[in-house]
Amino acid sequence: MAIAVVLILLVVGSVIFHFWSPWWFTPIASNWGMIDDTVNLTFWVTGIVFVLINLFMAYCIIRFRHRKGNKAAYEPENKKLEIWLTVITSIGVAALLAPGLLVWAKVVTVPEGAMEVEAVGQQWAWSYRYPGNDGVFGTTSIRHVTAKNPFGVDPDDPNGQDDVLVDGKHMHLPMGQPVKLLLRSKDVLHNFTVPQFRVKMDLVPGMVSYIWLTPTRTGKFDVLCEELCGLAHFAMRSKVVVQEQNDFDAWLATQPTFASATERMEPDLASGQASYAVCGACHGAQGEGNAMLNAPKLAGQNSWYIEQQLKNYKSGVRGYHEGDIYGRQMAPMAGTLVDDKAIANVSAYIATLPEKRVSDTIIGNTRRGKDLYRTCGTCHGDDGRGIWATHAPRLKNMDDWYLKRQLENFKAGIRGSHPDDPFGQQMVLMSPILGDEQAIDDLVAYLGAL
Amino acid sequence: MAYVAIADRDDPHAMHHPKSFVTRYIWSQDHKVIAIQYSLIAIAVGLVALVLSGMMRLQLGFPDTFSFIDPADYYQFITMHGMIMVIYLLTALLLGGFGNYLIPLMVGARDMVFPYMNMLSVWVYLLAVIVLMASFFVPGGPTGAGWTLYPPQAISEGTPGASWGIILMLLSLAIFIVAFTMGGLNYVTTVLQARCRGMTLMRMPLSVWGIFMATVLGLLAFPALFVSAVMMALDSLIGTSFFMPAIVSLGETSSHEGGSPILFQHLFWFFGHPEVYIVALPAFGIVSDLLSTHARKNIFGYRMMVWAIIAIGGLSFVVWAHHMYVSGMNPYFGFFFATTTLIIAVPTAIKVYNWILTLWRGDIHLTVPMLFSIGFIFTFIHGGLTGLFLGNVVVDVPLSDTYFVVGHFHMVMGVSPILVIFGAIYHWYPKITGKMYNDFLGKAHFWLTLLGTYSIYLPMHYLGILGVPRRYFAMGTTDFIPESAQAMNAGITISAIIVAVVQVIFIVNMIWSYFKGKDAGGNPWRATTLEWQTPQTPPEHGNWGEKLPVVYRWAYDYSVPGAKEDFIPQNEPPEPGVVAGREHGVEHT
Amino acid sequence: MTWALVFLALIMALVVGYLLSQTINRKPWLANDPLENLPSGMPQSISPSKLGLGVLLAVITSMFGLFFSAYVQRMELNDWSRVQEPSILWVNTVVLVLASVAMNQALRGARRDDVLATRRALIAAGLLSFVFLAGQLLAWDQLRDAGFYMRGNPAAAFFYLLTAIHGFHLIGGLWVWGRTSSRLRGAENVGEFRLSVELCTVYWHFMLLVWLFLFALLLNT
Repeated sequence: MAIAVVLILLVVGSVIFHFWSPWWFTPIASNWGMIDDTVNLTFWVTGIVFVLINLFMAYCIIRFRHRKGNKAAYEPENKKLEIWLTVITSIGVAALLAPGLLVWAKVVTVPEGAMEVEAVGQQWAWSYRYPGNDGVFGTTSIRHVTAKNPFGVDPDDPNGQDDVLVDGKHMHLPMGQPVKLLLRSKDVLHNFTVPQFRVKMDLVPGMVSYIWLTPTRTGKFDVLCEELCGLAHFAMRSKVVVQEQNDFDAWLATQPTFASATERMEPDLASGQASYAVCGACHGAQGEGNAMLNAPKLAGQNSWYIEQQLKNYKSGVRGYHEGDIYGRQMAPMAGTLVDDKAIANVSAYIATLPEKRVSDTIIGNTRRGKDLYRTCGTCHGDDGRGIWATHAPRLKNMDDWYLKRQLENFKAGIRGSHPDDPFGQQMVLMSPILGDEQAIDDLVAYLGAL
Repeated sequence: MAYVAIADRDDPHAMHHPKSFVTRYIWSQDHKVIAIQYSLIAIAVGLVALVLSGMMRLQLGFPDTFSFIDPADYYQFITMHGMIMVIYLLTALLLGGFGNYLIPLMVGARDMVFPYMNMLSVWVYLLAVIVLMASFFVPGGPTGAGWTLYPPQAISEGTPGASWGIILMLLSLAIFIVAFTMGGLNYVTTVLQARCRGMTLMRMPLSVWGIFMATVLGLLAFPALFVSAVMMALDSLIGTSFFMPAIVSLGETSSHEGGSPILFQHLFWFFGHPEVYIVALPAFGIVSDLLSTHARKNIFGYRMMVWAIIAIGGLSFVVWAHHMYVSGMNPYFGFFFATTTLIIAVPTAIKVYNWILTLWRGDIHLTVPMLFSIGFIFTFIHGGLTGLFLGNVVVDVPLSDTYFVVGHFHMVMGVSPILVIFGAIYHWYPKITGKMYNDFLGKAHFWLTLLGTYSIYLPMHYLGILGVPRRYFAMGTTDFIPESAQAMNAGITISAIIVAVVQVIFIVNMIWSYFKGKDAGGNPWRATTLEWQTPQTPPEHGNWGEKLPVVYRWAYDYSVPGAKEDFIPQNEPPEPGVVAGREHGVEHT
Repeated sequence: MTWALVFLALIMALVVGYLLSQTINRKPWLANDPLENLPSGMPQSISPSKLGLGVLLAVITSMFGLFFSAYVQRMELNDWSRVQEPSILWVNTVVLVLASVAMNQALRGARRDDVLATRRALIAAGLLSFVFLAGQLLAWDQLRDAGFYMRGNPAAAFFYLLTAIHGFHLIGGLWVWGRTSSRLRGAENVGEFRLSVELCTVYWHFMLLVWLFLFALLLNT
């Protein structure tokens, strides 16, 4: 008897939960309202079936529960009833399927004149490519992928020269314009998901998949990876910015093309050395760092990392937070570098500075540190050398007091919580695995022993 | 092959009854002992998976709290939890455990047709489990690729256990498939060849039908897993490019060229979807028998039930790509697979109707097995209906890879079969041990498990609709997930811990009752099927004493009008004057 | 996956067809026939071992069907390049056919209860199978000398893999063959071994069939 009552309560409870719970689709921002409609239709049909069948079962239990002297009926089958139930079920299923297939036909058919944008996935970051003025993408190959050509664009393809590359920054889309997203992966399976867009698709290495949609609302939305892609899967985030056509055009014009990005790759060391004079005041003439001035060692650090951080300082992505005392000192200094070219030059110069052994200032349990480092090593390299593909800097033989401060800053959200700093955000997501100060000390001590 | 063809002989002395402890309980060829061995191993390894799920729930419910769970651990936990539960617990327990115990007893055989191979099966299964468990202790730990083991990530750096763990996983799966094939050959051959006199196919209890069809599916589907495991192992060890395309992983260019990750997915799900029914069909069959026995009424629409099992089995081979709607495969496949998938809903729905129509006009005894059966119907309706969301391609797209999927498959293939397994264990416990379980503990176990699991999985569907992705170590901050969702996650974790802990009640009940339980007698449920008619309880080696039983009727003669009792065992000869069906049977044609 | 589907559709059609023929038009609750009319559960026409072997062959068929299906799907990708099959494969094929013929002879001998003839033919079949396996190893050698390795060429990788899988299955058969022929050595009459010889024969014919199918597939792609 109790079971019947509980069944009724569970049914009623489920319905109440359905209507009262605050968790439902996030407001839509694309043309796929009809996907929501099919979901809602399915909810209503299945919901009614759920309620009816369970209530009928509860009724049966109450009505036919064992009491003294009861005897069950003998009824092997009832063909008429069974046929009716089969027919009704088939109709119900068809009523769900037919609209679903009609909508699916729309999902797989890209309209004429849709703008093409490419989203490239890799462990664990998103980057984007626009076809440029000629409207045609250059061909790509995984064999062309290097640190200097992260998109793998064929350097000899004239169509590729004006391709606009957005690496490690947000995707922008114009509102109201149908867009076909070409999805390409450099390593493993990923999945391009923007919950507000409703459509999603896997990225499969070795092929190009697609989805299409028309953004219907301006705003900034999360891009997530929804296909397990390794250790930092959950930290593979980006954002898509939907804006009016004019704003979009203006933004697109400021982005580097494949040609311009390649050109800047040849740095001017002399000019970099000249610019470095300012930096050397604190960081030391040889980039050896100065703990008294809270200026970390730079020599030996990967130039792509220095370059990225200088840009971040300059644009206020790093060193903006009130808690980041020394970062706020650095930000105006980075501002003295006039343009991206100057930043590239000084970074290249720093890479030529001679490497010296730093002195350890922090003591910790290196064995525990090694255990903790297994997560870090995935991106930063087992030996802490730094990996360009994951945008993870070198950690080996760097100032331990500096590493500790940065880890604390990441944990506290002082560094890396700026929305335009996707790699900093990854550190914010990762740093909680260092439960307390002791863990940080252990980890940093292990890094010192590398 | 000297053991062949004894299962169906009258003369029990040909069986060479084992004398020593070792041959009786360890190297035993008795299907009942093998069944217990299978079950105990499966439950033990299942407890490991249960602990793993508790660990991952701790991380999800209270992120940033437990520093002993890092992302690598988390992904290793979800992978091992999924694989153990699906293959090493559910498949092994339902087929190796229940299949072994029930088939010979229910069809009136002395044992399986190939007892020696049956014994090998359980030991090879144990080997597979040992290899799997060994992966916890190798450098890098077990694989963290997710239970679907998709390449390239399963075998590329950046995934935990990409060197040793994945190889041991593939090896263990291959060994398991060998074990399953040895067992499966037995189940199929025994059902087809060793039925006692009078036991026509249509007189078999639905438990046997479900286990039989699931075994057929397993025998045909597991090779797909074997094939993909072999090819992936070669990609990893030798550097072939079956599944591996050219990639740049973490800055390193691989030597692979041209392989297709989607090919792996096709092979995997070609196994993976029938696997769902390998677990579901035995549960369907068993729950039919539990409902019929405890409602004192024949199963409604027996023939439809049999054909539904056959139809579901056949259809389950043409729906696999509904797991791949957003995999990047040709999107036009979606039309075909959405259609086949929704067609399979029809026979499944018929089964649900017939279970409930069995209760209709029944004489429902709310025993512990009956409670678990009713709980199963409830959770299965829920899980089946959410399947209509995910099977319909366009509805699946926004929900795919979210917690909706997690909620759905746990409801339909986690909670539902487990409730049947518990119900079945309580139902047959008196036959297996000769003792009755403690009713109060059984009921407490049922209530806590049903309410606990529902409170875990119902909210998960809503997190999924909200857009919370599955397989995330930590959610961090997003612009679409409200704080309340995290509170819900904490609540789910608390429920999960409670459900995990209350399983102790079950274990205590089993052990306590074994030593202190009341004697149950040979047929405490007054059931009709043959396993309750054995001369001894628990049945001895050879099951039937001197003479094999002869079957005169189907398995569901409950409450036959005019009969003395409300059940007539299958082996009871017809009494002149009481001929069920002919005079009293209701026939609507 | 079409290949696998065709295979499985056939097998499933057999299973479903058999089951339906057994179950359609039966109303089990009505069938209260007198005992004499009851079918004894076990049809005498086929022994459990044969049925067991049949089920095993279905499993192996499913596995090879899936391998073939993977092969065909992989072939459609653009880096596929043909392998020049070693010419020794033709010789190997003839040897395996002869092994199968010898098995058949053994079966005939067993049916005549001619121990000596059975043993001779059985041993010939086994030896020929060993020759076939050695020939397959030679084929591997030739292919390797021609510069085809498992790495780099998917067609070659499939060649090694599929021939290896086929070879392992034949070795499995040879293990049973070894047991049967050694037991037959001291036997007075074939009697109880007839079934073993029969099962071996079926298995050998099946392995030949798989090989012919496999060989045709390799030759044509």
